Amino acid sequence: MTHTDMDPGTLANVQFRQVGKPLTRTDAPGKVTGRTPYAGDYVMPNMLHMRVLRADIASARLVRLDVSKARALTGVACVLTADDLADRTAATDIPGQTGQKRLDTDQPILVRDRVRYFGEPLALIAAETRDIADHAAELIEFELEPIPGVYDTLEALKPGAPLVYGRDNIVAERKIRKGDVEAGFARADLIVENTYRTPFQEHAFLEPEVGLAWVDENDVVNIRVSTQVIEHFRPIADALGVPHNKVRVRGALVGGGFGGKEDLTVEVYLALLAKQTGRPVRLEYSREDSFVGHGKRHPFILTYRTGVTKEGKITALDVNMIADAGAYVFLSPYVILYALVAAPGPYRVDNLNVFAKAVATNNMYTSAFRGFGALQACAAYEQQMDEIANTLSIDRLKLRRRNFLKTGEPMSTGFVPPSAIWTEQCAEKAWAGLGEPTASDGPIRTGRGLACYQQSYGRLTFLHDTSEAWVGVEMDGTVVVRSGVTDIGAGQISALGQIAVEVLGVTLDNVVIYNSDSAVTPLAGTTTATRALYMTGNAAKQAAEGLRARLAERAAQEFGVTPDEIDMAFNEVFVIDRPEKTMPLVDLVRTCAAEGIHRSELAIFRAPFGDFLDPETGQGQAHPDYAYGAHAVEVSVDVETGEVEVLKSVAAHDVGQCINPAAVEGQIQGGAQNGQGYALSEEMLYEEGRLVTPSFSEYLMPTAMDMPNVECIILESRSGVGPFGAKGIGEPAMTAVAPAIANAVADAIGVRVFEMPITPERVVTALQQRDAS
Amino acid sequence: MPETRTITLRINGREEEGRFPAHRTLLEALRHLGHMEVKCGCEKGDCGACAVLLDGMAVDSCLTLAWMAAGKEITTVSGLGDLDAPHPLQKAFADGGAAQCGYCIPGIIIAAKAIIDEHPEPSEDDIRLGLSGNLCRCTGYTKIFEAIADAADDMRAEGGAP
Repeated sequence: MTHTDMDPGTLANVQFRQVGKPLTRTDAPGKVTGRTPYAGDYVMPNMLHMRVLRADIASARLVRLDVSKARALTGVACVLTADDLADRTAATDIPGQTGQKRLDTDQPILVRDRVRYFGEPLALIAAETRDIADHAAELIEFELEPIPGVYDTLEALKPGAPLVYGRDNIVAERKIRKGDVEAGFARADLIVENTYRTPFQEHAFLEPEVGLAWVDENDVVNIRVSTQVIEHFRPIADALGVPHNKVRVRGALVGGGFGGKEDLTVEVYLALLAKQTGRPVRLEYSREDSFVGHGKRHPFILTYRTGVTKEGKITALDVNMIADAGAYVFLSPYVILYALVAAPGPYRVDNLNVFAKAVATNNMYTSAFRGFGALQACAAYEQQMDEIANTLSIDRLKLRRRNFLKTGEPMSTGFVPPSAIWTEQCAEKAWAGLGEPTASDGPIRTGRGLACYQQSYGRLTFLHDTSEAWVGVEMDGTVVVRSGVTDIGAGQISALGQIAVEVLGVTLDNVVIYNSDSAVTPLAGTTTATRALYMTGNAAKQAAEGLRARLAERAAQEFGVTPDEIDMAFNEVFVIDRPEKTMPLVDLVRTCAAEGIHRSELAIFRAPFGDFLDPETGQGQAHPDYAYGAHAVEVSVDVETGEVEVLKSVAAHDVGQCINPAAVEGQIQGGAQNGQGYALSEEMLYEEGRLVTPSFSEYLMPTAMDMPNVECIILESRSGVGPFGAKGIGEPAMTAVAPAIANAVADAIGVRVFEMPITPERVVTALQQRDAS
Repeated sequence: MPETRTITLRINGREEEGRFPAHRTLLEALRHLGHMEVKCGCEKGDCGACAVLLDGMAVDSCLTLAWMAAGKEITTVSGLGDLDAPHPLQKAFADGGAAQCGYCIPGIIIAAKAIIDEHPEPSEDDIRLGLSGNLCRCTGYTKIFEAIADAADDMRAEGGAP
């Protein structure tokens, strides 16, 4: 069920023919018939099979690594250890275009002497078959001497704690100092302070990391890989010590990303062994490899101290955040930056102190995951809003209304988002969407929760982000789009097609999109940070408009009118309001071709370029713009078993402008699943850094039995900075789900579980503690 | 090296032969024979991405040994229909936006076929239970439920089968 609301003020001049319609995505037919090749479906003659050998202790010194028996095994082509590599590391800083690199923070490609997390790679094996590679792994002898490790951020911050990073385990610190927090607290009638904890989370894409690499006749290392970022060809080349133009990354349609394929995965391993053996090599992670082989969502400890008046107006907010960075830096400095900026949520807080810290431990390293720190902040600020409402006995929606940031007002960093802020409309619609309450029944208690959010779309402005797209029209009037953008399942490339055909006046079945090849498609930047539609959509729109202008000029000449009198639709070119003056697009294109008029256009879109936030005050522009919305749920809690069931789940988001409503709903409904698992059931259990839940039978994400039918309410303010006023929905779809569920559980049982996931055990414990006190 | 033997598998109505060791799973054998539409998600029977029909029953091909499937009718998602003549389920999934990244979809459409074969008029509970062995991380399942219900309606309207 979907309702769409639009700003009536912006409706008048807009009439779309392709955009805004739930068209069948261009990638759908191939996927449902099994025709779509994913990165793991490519094979080559004479191909070798790879395997990664990993450390089985989280903190240790590598005292012996003997691969001689493995190398001697028949059918083994190559075994590499750190001793065989030049002393290189794989870049783990902001991936992609910008190529910026920190000093001393990157993970070694293979362990040289020190193991810092469970699963850190020790050796790479390539063999004739997967069975032989597995056998060779068993023949490798290694000795790890345990070193005391640290597995808790608070422990890691204590003097004398085992050191994982630098001199104090602090990977990065950020702060906001805005207004006068002490004066704000002095004006408050009440101060509410709580600490919230959020857990690790596994991306759990269904397609494990996989790729195939070979060296071609130009000595270029080609890598066909499942990735969100083809621009990794640069750090891969750096890791190999070859020029950047000697590595080509070819993506494929990705079997799920969610941020987990934003960092390098298998690329460097593949490239090294393809170079070393001169043969094609394939590496596919097992599910267990995938669990231990890529970074997780940062667990956070968030302490919120909020000053409010009796009427519920926030007068001051002081926030302290500690994030577990795990054993290597990766994207932690940027994840806490997002958390910092998001700290007050979609609320107006003029007196604000925020301090965010990323701390190294011997846990699995943490990096990008849908929501990227802003989601963890939302988990805290929205639970805090309910705690404040309960303390003041004010209606939860009313309390939020008193504090919502309004269009044109400055956010946490002093920046005024350029688009409309429709949090209030979204909150009202989501809350109303729950309908009549379900009654409690004996031990089954029902409750409701609401959460609102602010989430950026587009990358940090100091990265100076750009994106390119090429649009051309063939001699028969069909359209080709070329852009490096990766499609991780949200319909990224289909949206580009929809945008191009809208502008060029053809139908979606007349477009083919080539994407995700670092050598031949114009580089579009990463599919991360809810930026693909915003950045590459704008680039594709610009390219199509440039091409259209040239075609219209020639058509105007033909019809003896001015170019602005020309329109193009349904594969025809015509003079507006003069039905007799029309010709098929194909005729116009042939005329242009015969006269040497350029039938294609390459465009680059530049996001706003900014500086880093002020290091002392945290003030400035962090992102291009922000999305706002709300999620509401109704749950039942069995107070005898602690089991929580989500009965209703309603989302309302202002997406600016839908390109494809079915795809938008899909994002929202998928985000609801991600968030529900995060709130209730997905638990990564570590013992001294060793993951003890490395499978889908132990790490429990919501199944078809657990998910309610998620209702989507789509609002269109047409105010975003994306194409046609679009905002973004990839990350926003998930951000508010978990706190809405936490608030509903607290509403149902009258006591809050301050740590996610809200497992039956934690519910029962909270109830027992309540009864005891 | 483990002993291998030649087995004949009947896949999507065609007989195909391969030499496999006894421990080779049906998933590995199918992919070795070029049936890349059968996806590997966990190799433990947790996710259902590799589901195929074995004599009409949906099974995880990663938990089935290849030789055990000899003599049985194996159907993969590509055996149900193709781009030119998609199965009603495939059409409903594509048109309804039920496939996002699409990696789980070959297994889910197979599970859906088994559901509809058993319940031509499936209730929501029939659909949910029938999909309980298939994980999806992109869709939240809502559009998958809708696509299966739509396909069942279409198939009944067309007079049963395929």
